[in-house]
Amino acid sequence: MLRHFRAATATLLSMVILLGLLYPLAMVGLTGAVFPSQANGSLIVRDGKVIGSSLIGQNFTGEGYFQGRPSATVDTDPADATKTVSAPYNAANSSGSNLGPTSKALIDRVKEDADKLGKGVPVDLVTTSGSGLDPHISPAAAAWQVARVAKARNVPEADIQRLVAQHTEGRMYGLLGEPKVNVLQLNLALDAQTKR
Amino acid sequence: MTINGWVQIALFVALLLLFTRPLGGYLDNVMAGRRTFLSPVLLPVERGFYRLAGIDPKEEQSWWVYARAMIVFHIVGFAFLYVMLRLQDLLPFNPQDMASVPPDLAGNTAVSFLTNTNWQSYGGESTMSYLSQMAGLSVQNFLSAATGIALAMAFVRGFARAESRALGNFWADLVRVTLYVLLPACILLTLFYVWQGVPQNLSSYVEATTVEGAKQTIAQGPVASQLAIKMLGTNGGGFFNANSAHPYENPTAFTNLVQMLSIFVIGAAMTNVFGRAVGDERQGWAIFAAMGALFLVGTFVAYWAEAGGNPLIAALGVDNTAGNMEGKEVRFGAPLSALFAVVTTAASCGAVNAMHDSFMPLGGMIPLINMLLGEIIIGGVGAGLYGMLLFAILAIFLAGLMVGRTPEYVGKKIEAREVKMTMLAILCLPLVILGFTALASVLPVGLAGPANAGPHGFSEIFYAYTSAAANNGSAFGGLSANTVFYNGTLAIAMMVGRFAIIVPMLAVAGSLAAKRKTAASAGTFPTHGGLFVGLLVGAILVVGGLTFLPALALGPIAEHFAMLAGSLF
Repeated sequence: MLRHFRAATATLLSMVILLGLLYPLAMVGLTGAVFPSQANGSLIVRDGKVIGSSLIGQNFTGEGYFQGRPSATVDTDPADATKTVSAPYNAANSSGSNLGPTSKALIDRVKEDADKLGKGVPVDLVTTSGSGLDPHISPAAAAWQVARVAKARNVPEADIQRLVAQHTEGRMYGLLGEPKVNVLQLNLALDAQTKR
Repeated sequence: MTINGWVQIALFVALLLLFTRPLGGYLDNVMAGRRTFLSPVLLPVERGFYRLAGIDPKEEQSWWVYARAMIVFHIVGFAFLYVMLRLQDLLPFNPQDMASVPPDLAGNTAVSFLTNTNWQSYGGESTMSYLSQMAGLSVQNFLSAATGIALAMAFVRGFARAESRALGNFWADLVRVTLYVLLPACILLTLFYVWQGVPQNLSSYVEATTVEGAKQTIAQGPVASQLAIKMLGTNGGGFFNANSAHPYENPTAFTNLVQMLSIFVIGAAMTNVFGRAVGDERQGWAIFAAMGALFLVGTFVAYWAEAGGNPLIAALGVDNTAGNMEGKEVRFGAPLSALFAVVTTAASCGAVNAMHDSFMPLGGMIPLINMLLGEIIIGGVGAGLYGMLLFAILAIFLAGLMVGRTPEYVGKKIEAREVKMTMLAILCLPLVILGFTALASVLPVGLAGPANAGPHGFSEIFYAYTSAAANNGSAFGGLSANTVFYNGTLAIAMMVGRFAIIVPMLAVAGSLAAKRKTAASAGTFPTHGGLFVGLLVGAILVVGGLTFLPALALGPIAEHFAMLAGSLF
């Protein structure tokens, strides 16, 4: 039995050094050299300031911006550390709503949003994502918002439509995944081209 | 359901088939200690490990010595991980100043990662330091996977050897599979994941000022290196709370495809290793076929349910053509979320790219059933094969009863001892799952857990104990499981689900190894054909179905009909 303990301890410790330190740290070094942007979180920097990550959604509320999906992320309540408060797109605490399909809370929330947005709104605009950080909306959800954005920015809808089309990504290699629009990148392009 | 959805599913299956045989051959070579193309680099490292540990890789162990070595390795691993989590606030690589992990959570987490479950009562980015993630959790991701493969090899040797007392050397099996299979593959996978956008850094969390001027804190970390083994080792514990739904942990449909393949590829290859070991690869393909049949049925039902969407949401005037999108990411949509859910629970992975708690009642029932059947559809690395072979023993025993002959499987007579041990291993799962679910459904501390009311709340509890006992680790995440009651009972379920299967399984292996090989005769029931595959699938469904149908009726099935009737909870 003692022999087993020695073998177990020695094997574990050498594995910790190899798999727990050498491997991840070497990968930090290697990927940092080969793919520096991705390894550091695909950050978008403007005027020397980080304004977000191209992979992480942001909470857009202005009429003149395309808005992402509802987000179920929360943060600690500043008034009471044992409670949480809603904090959409909190990228330090990813999570979904975990509401089941027959949950009254879910259906009430969807109803409120659907009533606000109107009949026929695409389902991704009234449902929260798994991570609460979904950077994308469907092309249908982008099209749904074109008129509002054009009106708020006082530009022809056709201009906005063209921009949306430019930022619509098809399935990867024509096959994988779903067509989508990156909301942050679309809004950045929008700001670059038109006034708010 | 769309044509594109089915094409993607077909592509996944085709790629899996492509890998199964070559990887099986490679694994077979590695585990037999033969030279491989990596030997020039790795042989000195391998020998170094043996010298430090004071072991002779050629020393053969009986089933009981093998089991003891494995258990001692778990005890030492538990102590190390528990202490590291408790002390993480004092250790380096902690830029966010994460506090020490509380005792019940640290204990639950240590058990969880040691047993290859990766149940998480915590959110990674709000709880764990980078050191805990790398040197604590990632290491156990490697080692629990390597242990699973080692154990499956020991079981396979029980069938392959004749009149022998030995099943191999636990330490050599563990070291070899880690060095020659898991680590090199993970290095390649890490590079791929980072290329696609998964972060790999040690920076503190990024403070961004968003376009609209708000503050956004973006969690960082050495994500890719942990993600690689999390999938390949069917561990499933997310670096982030949202697991592989997090855009950093699964940024594209391409990473999603590779992650799903990683989950299945070793488990699938193990069926081929079995075939090679018993001298007839068709035996391996028969096992693969039984797994494949169950997998395809599950995929169909889950995809159908998720693509159909929630009728209660459609009734609100929402355009529901994209299907049920609550808890799902746009880049994956209904088809890839459903497929991922089936894959991750068929294998004992437990990573998720969508929130299972928000699946449709029947869509969420499929992951549940996959786990209840014991995760033998491809299954966890190693664990899937030995779980399935236990069912094969059961199926062949039933066939023997029907014709009144002593059953044989791949040249070994299946007798009373093997069948008793097999039933012991198979019955421990329902005992733990149903026992604890019943307990939590009546005790106030248990009833405080579910976030959803009605049958869905019951499903949350049922899913938690199923996931723990089956060593899966996925969750109906609404359950508030970070309490002393749940941390404790789930840890017990995880331990029983691992060791109460492993030890009888090794006993079967030991007893099989000691037997003579019987030559096949005209009276031998062939176990490589369609009849056997059908019998095996039948045995699995009858055992799983009879045991768990009542509980399923109280949870997802009741919820499905409540939903059709328009009831809310």
